[in-house]
Amino acid sequence: MSTSQTEPNKGELFEFLCRMGDNTLVLGHRVSEWCGHAPVLEEDIALANTALDLIGQTTLWLDLAGKVEDAGRDADRLAFHRDVWDFRNLLLVEQPNGDFGQTIMRQFLFDAWHLSQLTALMESSDAQIAAIAEKSSKEATYHLERATDTVIGLGDGTDESHRRMQNALDLLWPYVGEMFVADAVDEAMVAAGIAPDPASLRPAYDTLVNDVFTAATLTKPQDDFGHRGGKSGKRHSEHLGHMLTQMQWLQRAYPDATW
Amino acid sequence: MYAQMIKSTGQGVKSLEEMDPQERAFQERINAGGKIEPKDWMPDGYRKNLIRQIGQHAHSEIVGQLPEGNWITRAPTLERKAILLAKVQDEAGHGLYLYCAAETLGVSRDQLTRDLLSGKMKYSSIFNYPTLTWADMGAVGWLVDGAAIMNQVPLQRTSYGPYARAMVRICKEESFHQRQGYDIMMKMAKGTDAQRKMAQDALNRFWGPALMMFGPSDENSVHSAQSMAWKIKMNSNDELRQKFVDECVPQAEYLGLTVPDPDLKWNEERGHYDFTQPDWDEFFDVLKGNGPCNTERLAAHNKAWDDGAWVRDGLMAHAAKKRAAKLAAE
Ligand SMILES: [Fe+2]
Ligand SMILES: [Fe+2]
Ligand SMILES: [Fe+2]
Repeated sequence: MSTSQTEPNKGELFEFLCRMGDNTLVLGHRVSEWCGHAPVLEEDIALANTALDLIGQTTLWLDLAGKVEDAGRDADRLAFHRDVWDFRNLLLVEQPNGDFGQTIMRQFLFDAWHLSQLTALMESSDAQIAAIAEKSSKEATYHLERATDTVIGLGDGTDESHRRMQNALDLLWPYVGEMFVADAVDEAMVAAGIAPDPASLRPAYDTLVNDVFTAATLTKPQDDFGHRGGKSGKRHSEHLGHMLTQMQWLQRAYPDATW
Repeated sequence: MYAQMIKSTGQGVKSLEEMDPQERAFQERINAGGKIEPKDWMPDGYRKNLIRQIGQHAHSEIVGQLPEGNWITRAPTLERKAILLAKVQDEAGHGLYLYCAAETLGVSRDQLTRDLLSGKMKYSSIFNYPTLTWADMGAVGWLVDGAAIMNQVPLQRTSYGPYARAMVRICKEESFHQRQGYDIMMKMAKGTDAQRKMAQDALNRFWGPALMMFGPSDENSVHSAQSMAWKIKMNSNDELRQKFVDECVPQAEYLGLTVPDPDLKWNEERGHYDFTQPDWDEFFDVLKGNGPCNTERLAAHNKAWDDGAWVRDGLMAHAAKKRAAKLAAE
């Protein structure tokens, strides 16, 4: 990463850490919705395991965010007491589970980005970020392997599984672009040597997903249009609010309780 | 227990003298504390009984994911959410080991799954009760996993090798489950008024159903006598239930909660608590399918299975294509 480094301001660093932690929080929550309802027992176990990893990573990112912010908020406070406009996750991860094909396609599209982001963050000028990235990257490697195998298996399975995976890809592809668009927060992170330029991850991402789609006999949509508004928090989808009504209900109904 | 009301096929326990040499050798091995392994000869009744018992236990682990899964998306902290996810993942893993143990007896996991989905095979009555507040996650861990441990620790010494070994792995995890449940109860019982109310309410609703987990009294049951002779059942239902009550009452007192049994009393003479039997009419209603959640639990599993058919078929078709391509390349 960059050698000439300028310290980011606290607000920008906090924002960046929320983006990392909110991605894993929201996706971890979505995946956990499958609990006990998967197509086969092995998938129940694998999905629970993925959700567990993501929730663990959330704690690390959001605790660090809270420390940086220095306003007395820990990971739980951030996870359960912010409203939609304060969330900084990608629109992709808040999309509903849909059928198993949509869930696994969303996972694959995220994991492919997540692993390369974490790999780059292992070289971060911020030692705490590098340490979280290193720990998380082991888990993300496994998630990507599993998602890749499943996307290929179902894409190149029966006619029905192929059709469902193609539908899932068509539905979710417009949420990929957001991962690679930089804004002022990203630029500050690049300048400080903390995080990679999002655009720099795109070529490797495209190569990886193209190879997998070829093996899966799936066709990537021609249009590279990408919805935005999740990671900036400017305009989330309607889905996130519903998720929060469930995820944050207990904490907000009993604000003076500890659990 | 996780396997309740298992009917054995035997007509009462034969004496060693009544057995032919093969069966006598089998029974003598069990009496001496030896293990029966999948390739060994075994009486038909032993095999059938074990399939039902292990199958029912496996199904209980699987259906048991649902009442706790109900709260994963509403867990109060990230840590609690992670612990609950890990627990439910363990339960699915227990189901998997147990199906593997059952498969060594010559029944497939698919067959057992079909029998669960059609309602032909049962799972523990306890999982037909709803989980209504976060305190229920505490009560389930403390009482339900606690009752399961009571039954499963002795089963680590059961005569069928694969079952005994599955139990060893499972018991290690179950005691962690019980501790996390009790820890939730502790937080709730020492928390705000509302939390204390949730904790007491959870205990009120789960106490009776937890006592039912051991099954009705079987002191005079022919079926149980045979299972005990075969060492696939190690204690009587009443014995385990008493042990459970004796263990739980001081734990409830420590929490400052009241066990919902006005006649509960320490009996100095017996060295045990006297307690009221749970409502056995309710138990038989639940077994018949009339528990509060029977319909939903079975419907949820059927839906997951049906919705997942295309996934299972797709992955199998892909594996077949890969095998064919590999063969063609050779
Ligand atoms: Fe279990
Ligand atoms: Fe169990
Ligand atoms: Fe358990």
